[in-house]
Amino acid sequence: MQTAAKGEQGLLRGVWTFYRDGFRNMVLGRTLWKIIFLKLLIMFAVLKVFFFPNFLQENFHNDRERAEHVLENLLRR
Amino acid sequence: MLEQLDLSMVNWARAQFALTAMYHWIFVPLTLGLSFLLAFYETLYYKTGNEEWKRLTRFWMTLFGINFAIGVATGIILEFEFGTNWSNYSWMVGDIFGAPLAIEGIFAFFIEATFFAVMFFGWDRVSKKFHLVSTWMVAIGSNLSALWILVANGWMQFPTGMVFNPDSARFEMQDIAAVIFSPVAISKFTHATSSGFLTASLFVITVSSWFLLRKRHVGMAKKSIMVAAVFGLVAGAFVGFTGDEAAYANARLQPMKLAAFEGLYDGEQGAGLVAMGVLNRDKRPGDDRDPFLFEVRVPGLLSLLANREAGSFVPGINDLLYGNATHGIVGVEEKMARGKIALARLADYKAAGKSGDQAAAGAALAEFDRHREFMGFGYLQRAEDAVPSVGSVFYSFHLMVILAAAMLLICLLFLYFTYKDTVAEQKWLLKLGLSGFWLAMIAGQAGWIVAEMGRQPWAIQDLLPVTVARTALDTGTVQATFFMFLLLFTTLLIAEVRIMLKQIKIGPEEK
Repeated sequence: MQTAAKGEQGLLRGVWTFYRDGFRNMVLGRTLWKIIFLKLLIMFAVLKVFFFPNFLQENFHNDRERAEHVLENLLRR
Repeated sequence: MLEQLDLSMVNWARAQFALTAMYHWIFVPLTLGLSFLLAFYETLYYKTGNEEWKRLTRFWMTLFGINFAIGVATGIILEFEFGTNWSNYSWMVGDIFGAPLAIEGIFAFFIEATFFAVMFFGWDRVSKKFHLVSTWMVAIGSNLSALWILVANGWMQFPTGMVFNPDSARFEMQDIAAVIFSPVAISKFTHATSSGFLTASLFVITVSSWFLLRKRHVGMAKKSIMVAAVFGLVAGAFVGFTGDEAAYANARLQPMKLAAFEGLYDGEQGAGLVAMGVLNRDKRPGDDRDPFLFEVRVPGLLSLLANREAGSFVPGINDLLYGNATHGIVGVEEKMARGKIALARLADYKAAGKSGDQAAAGAALAEFDRHREFMGFGYLQRAEDAVPSVGSVFYSFHLMVILAAAMLLICLLFLYFTYKDTVAEQKWLLKLGLSGFWLAMIAGQAGWIVAEMGRQPWAIQDLLPVTVARTALDTGTVQATFFMFLLLFTTLLIAEVRIMLKQIKIGPEEK
């Protein structure tokens, strides 16, 4: 049991140091991560929040109301 | 009332979606194809132990990483647009798309968090075998994650394996296998991924040609070209085969699209394929004008491609619009009448449900079910509204085919001179090679124009036109976000090109 637990800890430590060293040793990767974070920030914290609300989620309380609204739209001709 | 809404909102929303999808498709094909090229290069390193293969694998992996980082999550914006601009559509397809897109998200996350990390961080940290397996897993996983979005797109072109629920206003999944293995989904996936392989092969050829013209990294460039030309040639042949399958599926399931991309107005027995031509801009469905100012046809080939029989009948736009009793084709005018009945009975069903009249509701539903496959046609004002923009689809299709042939030729020439071991001396070929990647990009975009503009006016083929799929927003809101995306994507593209060019100039690591 103890050996298995130690083995598990060793594996976790190995995985942790693998990722840590990988990120630390990045050169070009740092720039790319900055771009990724900036892009995700713009997309999720600005565009999604202020410009792309989910219309049906924002304007209706439950699925019954949403279905009713869509059905009404389908029948307006 | 829909007719009171500003129709230009739809066009801005469509333009925004097209802009997002087209920018997204700049990054995706490189990811799909380069991932496999990395796997091939690394396999050669693993098999031969030659460090040169490792060096070139790492170089192309850096470029792959740049493209991946800049392109990642650009597709998520499409989902933002669904919820905001296309809420009716979004609600109606939620049950169909929810599962595939969730699988894609989970799949992509696990692949990226594990195998991507090993691929980039794992050189000299894990065994050569495990590293190679990780690179292959990235290639397979990236391509499989594209499956789900393409299945969703295929379903929009050929909605199958579902039933419309008139209470929830949703298309509900009945048979997931029918959705995944529909002929359109399969041809979408195979055609799109193989075109990505061809694009990436030409990217490698273009960059390597640049190195050879400058007499830099000659050994690496020649090795890179050797594998890319073989992969490009095989992928290109597969693009042709899957494109043929896609056209065959169009003939059966989206005949209007096929007629539009061939500029075929009047159906023909033994119809010829237009090899090249100039459309008559004044031509309208139903009139007597010649559709072409100039055309070169290959006799019988369109019939062969569409029906696998050279003398068979291929319906034209007029047959599909106004019907053709001889060939058993129901025209759009008749479908519109049945679509209007479907919508009227749907309204009756709803009203009967509200008043609690179960018998009337049952009768209305039974009548709705008889006509529901034509539901979307009930929204059309004129039969001619069912015709996509023939010019856009025709020219895009022919451009795509011509460029695909040119790309295959480029791969073949590079392979031939690589086999002769004289590729570095063929200046003319290297200059031609510089254009390869750009040709592939244009062909890819043209292909998507054919696929998406060719299915207009439908958001969901025959069931939901784009004018009904949208949200009732004002035009200004969509215009504003259109330009925001234009700015964001252009900035990202400039960033990618600059970083990519810088890395290419730096070249691979020194020995």
